Amino acid sequence: MSGAQTPPTEQAAGTAADSPPVAPERSWPLWEVFVRGKRGLSHVHAGSLHAPDAAFALRNARDVYTRRQEGVSIWVVRADDITASSPDEKDSFFDPAADKIYRHPTFYDVPDDVEYL
Amino acid sequence: MYGNDVIDPNVPLNAAETAAYDEAAAHVEGRAVGEASAEGFDALIAADQRIEPRDAMPDKYRETLIRQIAQHAHSEIIGMQPEGNWITRAPSLRRKAILIAKVQDEAGHGLYLYSAAETLGVDRAELLDRLHDGKQKYSSIFNYPTLTWADNGAIGWLVDGAAIMNQVPLCRCSYGPYARAMIRVCKEESFHQRQGFEILWTLMRGTEAQRAMAQDAANRWWWPALAMFGPPDTGEAAKGGGHTEQSMAWGIKRFANDDLRQKFVDMMVPQADKLGIVLPDPDLRWNEERGHYDFGDIDWGEFWRVLRGDGPCNAERIEHRRSAHAEGAWVREAATAYAAKQASRRQESAA
Ligand SMILES: [Fe+2]
Ligand SMILES: [Fe+2]
Repeated sequence: MSGAQTPPTEQAAGTAADSPPVAPERSWPLWEVFVRGKRGLSHVHAGSLHAPDAAFALRNARDVYTRRQEGVSIWVVRADDITASSPDEKDSFFDPAADKIYRHPTFYDVPDDVEYL
Repeated sequence: MYGNDVIDPNVPLNAAETAAYDEAAAHVEGRAVGEASAEGFDALIAADQRIEPRDAMPDKYRETLIRQIAQHAHSEIIGMQPEGNWITRAPSLRRKAILIAKVQDEAGHGLYLYSAAETLGVDRAELLDRLHDGKQKYSSIFNYPTLTWADNGAIGWLVDGAAIMNQVPLCRCSYGPYARAMIRVCKEESFHQRQGFEILWTLMRGTEAQRAMAQDAANRWWWPALAMFGPPDTGEAAKGGGHTEQSMAWGIKRFANDDLRQKFVDMMVPQADKLGIVLPDPDLRWNEERGHYDFGDIDWGEFWRVLRGDGPCNAERIEHRRSAHAEGAWVREAATAYAAKQASRRQESAA
């Protein structure tokens, strides 16, 4: 945290002056939840939730996203820690892949009668 | 009795088990193909593609979704109350365990939906404030009381049944996070409706008094369940506005209220027959020409009265919700304080 004179945003957001200075729930960070459905599969994004810390995030993720044995392993990652590509630059960002069609096996001209190729 | 007493045992019990649900789920995969060709909000909507959180979107689309998803989320968590009232009085350990699981599911549905709303840039705490202050609504159905044990059966069968009918099309909603939340919700709702049916099925094969109790519950929940589809939104009756047309164009809504209501009636009448329950509508009969059941007029006056706050339980529901939130404050505060202490300890040991 920087300067001491800056009040935390959660207290600025409309609590009465005489109420106790406890950070309300809105200050809890957002966690993204990834669930491995079963052995052999990768973790897949399942959703998100708020929690005060990683341990709570993990427990709550279990209760919210795996009530019916949907998972054998859970990852929680703070949403703030995720760096995402921007949808605006989608074209320029992914473009380099489009002009290298020789990366695909279908690009190559080979005789039809060669087996196992 | 309603002109069709032959029941096909293979008919799915509810909409979450029909092809419509499977189609919606398959649609998710199908739509990913061809993504590269569409660009911009209108093009994406025209191509029946999903809009994702960081895409550009009209303000009105964002607002409409926030309002709809928030009210949906509020309905899920307020919806815990009518049945929550009966957890301590469930007639057996089996029923108690089932009821707890169902009520917990509804809490989970609320969380999925609040998460989806938050991807649109609104804070969950803010949405809860709006619910507590009466600035946002929840489904009017939860303002009716649960007077007997049979009401838990009627709610599962009729209210969750109507909810599924409304929600299956939302699995194809144009907004990705909402659609994905609805796929999870619908999957879970299927058990809700079946356990409700089973409660009534058991009562209807019990004593005279138990049958009367089941019938009474169905009598009280049938009309409010039909009203859950909302007022007519096409034809003469729709005059006076509504957001249906724009929501349809944006792919937020897929069917008119009356179409879903008709589908629901057509699905429920044979189930009522099977249960031996007489639905409380003298005008209910099979219409050969239309290929649908005709049914009587819904009392929209009552619907609007209850929605505006004048139902049997409006005040009680909000009061209970507010006090549950206030009484849980110390838990949230303790968790926050603990997290802060742990974080500062970690910082100290790292220094
Ligand atoms: Fe639900
Ligand atoms: Fe439900």
